[in-house]
Amino acid sequence: MAEMDSLPGIAFQILQSVFVVLAAPLLTGWINQCRAWLQNRSAPSILLPYYTLAKLFHKDAVMARDASPLFRLTPYVLFGCMWLAAGIVPVLATDLPFAPAADIIALVGVFALARVFAALAAMDIGTPFGGLGARREMLIGFLAEPAMLMTLFTAAFISGSTQLTTIVETLAHRDFAIYPSLAFAGVAFLMVLLAENARIPIDNPTTHLELTMVHEAMILEYSARHLALVEWAVAIKLFAYMTIGIALFAPWGIAEGGDWGGLPLAVAALAVKLTLAGAGLALIETLLAKLRLFLAPEFLATAFLLAVLGMLIHFLVSG
Amino acid sequence: MATSLSGQVVNLLAAFLLLLAFAMLSQRRVLTLIHLFAWQGAALAASTLIVAHSTGQAHLYFSAALTVALKVMLIPWVLHRLIDRLYVRWDVETLINIPTTMLIGIGLAIFAFALAAPISQMASTVTRSTLGIALASILLSFLMMIVRRKAVPQVIGFLAMENGLFFAATSATYGMPLVVELGVALDVLVGTFIFGIFFFHIREQFDSLDIEHMEKLKED
Repeated sequence: MAEMDSLPGIAFQILQSVFVVLAAPLLTGWINQCRAWLQNRSAPSILLPYYTLAKLFHKDAVMARDASPLFRLTPYVLFGCMWLAAGIVPVLATDLPFAPAADIIALVGVFALARVFAALAAMDIGTPFGGLGARREMLIGFLAEPAMLMTLFTAAFISGSTQLTTIVETLAHRDFAIYPSLAFAGVAFLMVLLAENARIPIDNPTTHLELTMVHEAMILEYSARHLALVEWAVAIKLFAYMTIGIALFAPWGIAEGGDWGGLPLAVAALAVKLTLAGAGLALIETLLAKLRLFLAPEFLATAFLLAVLGMLIHFLVSG
Repeated sequence: MATSLSGQVVNLLAAFLLLLAFAMLSQRRVLTLIHLFAWQGAALAASTLIVAHSTGQAHLYFSAALTVALKVMLIPWVLHRLIDRLYVRWDVETLINIPTTMLIGIGLAIFAFALAAPISQMASTVTRSTLGIALASILLSFLMMIVRRKAVPQVIGFLAMENGLFFAATSATYGMPLVVELGVALDVLVGTFIFGIFFFHIREQFDSLDIEHMEKLKED
């Protein structure tokens, strides 16, 4: 952390932020491709999310007559929040000049801000589906958030800091040891990841049935560039969550700040880990069925329980 | 980390044991409950085996073998046959809803950990830190017996409690003397058979395995 304001550090920061924003749709494309393979369908191109974004940016935006400025503003807020999150999470390097500005609690807050704006915008238009989606999203969000915080706290206790960069540095440099607490936190984090990113046991990202939608119902009214920004923000969010998971539970290979030589290795390691994680997510989504909405609290209570257990076990066995 | 590799593996297995205790608490299906019970037995046997290996206590090998034979194979098999014959594979009714049960479970786990902390500071065994987990899984099994309405899950809770006790004995004092272990194992086995016979009697009497019906007995 010594050369916090040095030029290479800032260069790393900018590079990483741009990299995440540009690479996020690729991850979404990869997951969709894996899902198609697993379900015996012919897979779409891995670049399809980029084509979709390009197509949406070229269309004319249609606004509902009663839309307030909030509705217009929300896609930019969502995109901005996710970009900010992408700047905080150590994806390629640990020494990020922006990172001290926000620790893990602020990171969860950034995600919460995005969620609140999305829900408000969905209610703004006044269509029944928007309100329904927003309420469901808030139900899931308020249950997922404590579980997420507990998971991050377990890692914070192990490394003695709530700074994500410090946590990753500590975890990447530890001696080999089995941490039961981290195993619990890992499972809890996976469950939160599925719930927060509207993935299958909680929500179906590809559904066309309005009555079962959660996230999709909220963004039904968006079109063209607004929809593109929302979709892009969703992709960045998934990317950010996956990289948080990787940073906490498999941080090996990440480059130290200012270490340009470590960068190719870091990119390669990240590519391998994300490829595996994306395939794993597709597998989970193929194997599981969507839960009834009223079972979502049970699912997230389990995640919370696992996270709390992880923290307790950390104190008990000091590891 | 000061603890050795075997200590770490035992810690991991202990955490797994606790996880299984919570999974049993939240499980709705009898059949899965039996599978989870068998897994718990397997985790118990594995941890006993590692403790036996790292401390050189020969009788622990024997008790690990006993655990595998009884709790991973024989008792789950008996329970399987029992639920097939009784035809009670379907969902279990709980008295309290499952998220609440799990929150109570977390409370119990914290209580057990706090209770075990001073004891494990005094102990000198490799496995001292797992005493809290053992205590927590005993209490959780106890909770499971309380919140379940049907007879079969209650018995599984009882057997899981015995697993927890056994684990507590291993972690606190490297296991009980062999004679005691044999006696307990036999008791559990006989207990399971007697419970099995009781199930049939209960069902014959009340056409159901719901324990609530037993309360009517005193009014007659």
